[in-house]
Amino acid sequence: MALIRSFARVSPGGETAGRQSGTRGPREALSLDDQTRVRRFESFFVPHLDAAYNFARWLTRDERNAEDVVQEACLRAFKFIDSFRGDDGRAWLLGIVRNTYYTWLKRNKVATLAVPFDEESFDEGEMEASTNTHADPVDQLLQEKDAKRLVNGALERLPEEFREAIVLRELEGLSYKEIAAIAGIPLGTVMSRLARARKLLLQYLRQAQES
Amino acid sequence: MDCTDIRNRLHAYLDQELDPRSATEVDRHVASCAGCNAALARQSALRSALRSHATYHDAPAGLARRIRARLGAKAERKPWFRWHQWLPMGAAVAATALLSWTAAIQYVSVSEDEATGERVIAGHARSVVTGHVADVASSDQHSVKPWLSSRLDYSPPVTDLTGAGFPLVGGRLDYLDQRPVAVLVYRHREHMINLFVWPLQEGARTQAVHSLAKRGYNVLHWNDGGMAFWAVSDLNAAEMRDFAGAYAAAK
Repeated sequence: MALIRSFARVSPGGETAGRQSGTRGPREALSLDDQTRVRRFESFFVPHLDAAYNFARWLTRDERNAEDVVQEACLRAFKFIDSFRGDDGRAWLLGIVRNTYYTWLKRNKVATLAVPFDEESFDEGEMEASTNTHADPVDQLLQEKDAKRLVNGALERLPEEFREAIVLRELEGLSYKEIAAIAGIPLGTVMSRLARARKLLLQYLRQAQES
Repeated sequence: MDCTDIRNRLHAYLDQELDPRSATEVDRHVASCAGCNAALARQSALRSALRSHATYHDAPAGLARRIRARLGAKAERKPWFRWHQWLPMGAAVAATALLSWTAAIQYVSVSEDEATGERVIAGHARSVVTGHVADVASSDQHSVKPWLSSRLDYSPPVTDLTGAGFPLVGGRLDYLDQRPVAVLVYRHREHMINLFVWPLQEGARTQAVHSLAKRGYNVLHWNDGGMAFWAVSDLNAAEMRDFAGAYAAAK
C-alpha cells in the first residue's frame, strides 16, 4: 500500500522506475527511454493541447499556421522533455508555443503591424476621460447579434504583444506571474500590456460600432 | 488616495492580483467615486464580452494523433543496438531502476491529502486525454444524480450551476482509493472542472479548505456534510474558489 501510494505521486523518476522494474523484454527495453518520453509527453502536455492550439491560433490568426506552430512546438517540447521538472506542463508548453511562433515569424518574414507605443507614458486616466463622452460601447455590444464577430475582430487587430497578454489572461485565465513566465517579461510589463490591450480593444470596438 | 492611483491599480484589481489591503482601498474608493466606478464597470463589461464572445479555438480533431505519429517517427530514428550489446546496459537500467525504486519509497512521507490530490489530477487528466468526459452527459441535475446514485452506495449532491457561470455537463464514475467514486463534470468557458465526491470515513478529521497546484492544474479540497469534495481543473485558483463558492451557495 505504501509503495502504491508513493507511485501515485508525480515524481517522474519514481514513476518510470516502477515501470522499468516490471517484466519487460530486452527488445522493448531498448527503446525504453523513448517510450518513457512519449509517456511523459502524453501525461504532461497532451491535456494542454487545446490551450496550445488556442494560443497559437490567436498568435498566427490562421488555422494552418497555428497547427504548424503547435506541431513544431510539441516536437521541441518532446526534445527537451528530460529537462522538464513536471511542475506546470501548461505554462511550459505555452512558453514553447510562443518561442516557436516568433521563430516561425522570423523565418517566414510575415510583416506584422508595429504600433509604436511607449508603455511607460501610458495614462489610463486620460483614456477613461475620453471614453466617458460616449455611450458605453461594451454594454451596447452585448446586445448586438454580431457581438462574436466584433469581439474576435477587435482581438485580431491587436498588436501581438498585447494580443498574447490578453489571450493568456482572459481566455486561458492565467495569472500575471504565469503570463510573465511564458512571455519572458517582468510582472509590471504584464500589467501595462493588459491595460494597453484593454484600452485598444475598447477603442476598436467603438470604431467598429461607429462604422 | 486619488483617482490616478486607483485607475493605475484598476486592472490588477479586476484581475485579482492586488494584495488584500490594496484591494480594500480600491473597494472603498470605487464605492464613493462615480468616475472610477464607471471605469471599473466598463472594464468588467469588456471582460464579460471577451469571455462570452471571443472564440476559444480547440485543437482540431486528429492533431494529437498527428503529433503522436511525428513523435513516434522521431523516436524510431534512434540507432538500434544488437541484443548482445544490450545485456550490460540492461543491467545498468535494472540497477538504476532499483535505486529509483528505493528512492521512491522514501517519498512515502508525502501527506495523504497530497497523494489524493495527485490521484484526482490523474483522473481528470485521464478523462481529458481519452476524451471520456462523462458517462451520463446531461445538464439536468435530476438525471445525473439518480444515474450516479444507482451505481454507488451513496448519493452525491448534484446541482447545476449555470446561473453562476458553471454549467453542469454530466457525471461519470472513477475509481479512487479502492472504491468507485462520483465525478461531477462542470464547464467554465472552455475549461472542464471535475468535482470528485465521496463520503468521509467515520471519524475523518474535518479540515479547512486546502488547495494544491500542480502541472498547470489547480485542486481545491473541502469537506462538507459528511462528504469529501475534490475539485480539479486548469482554471486558475481564483476561479476555482468562485466555483467552490457557487457550489456551496447552491447546496
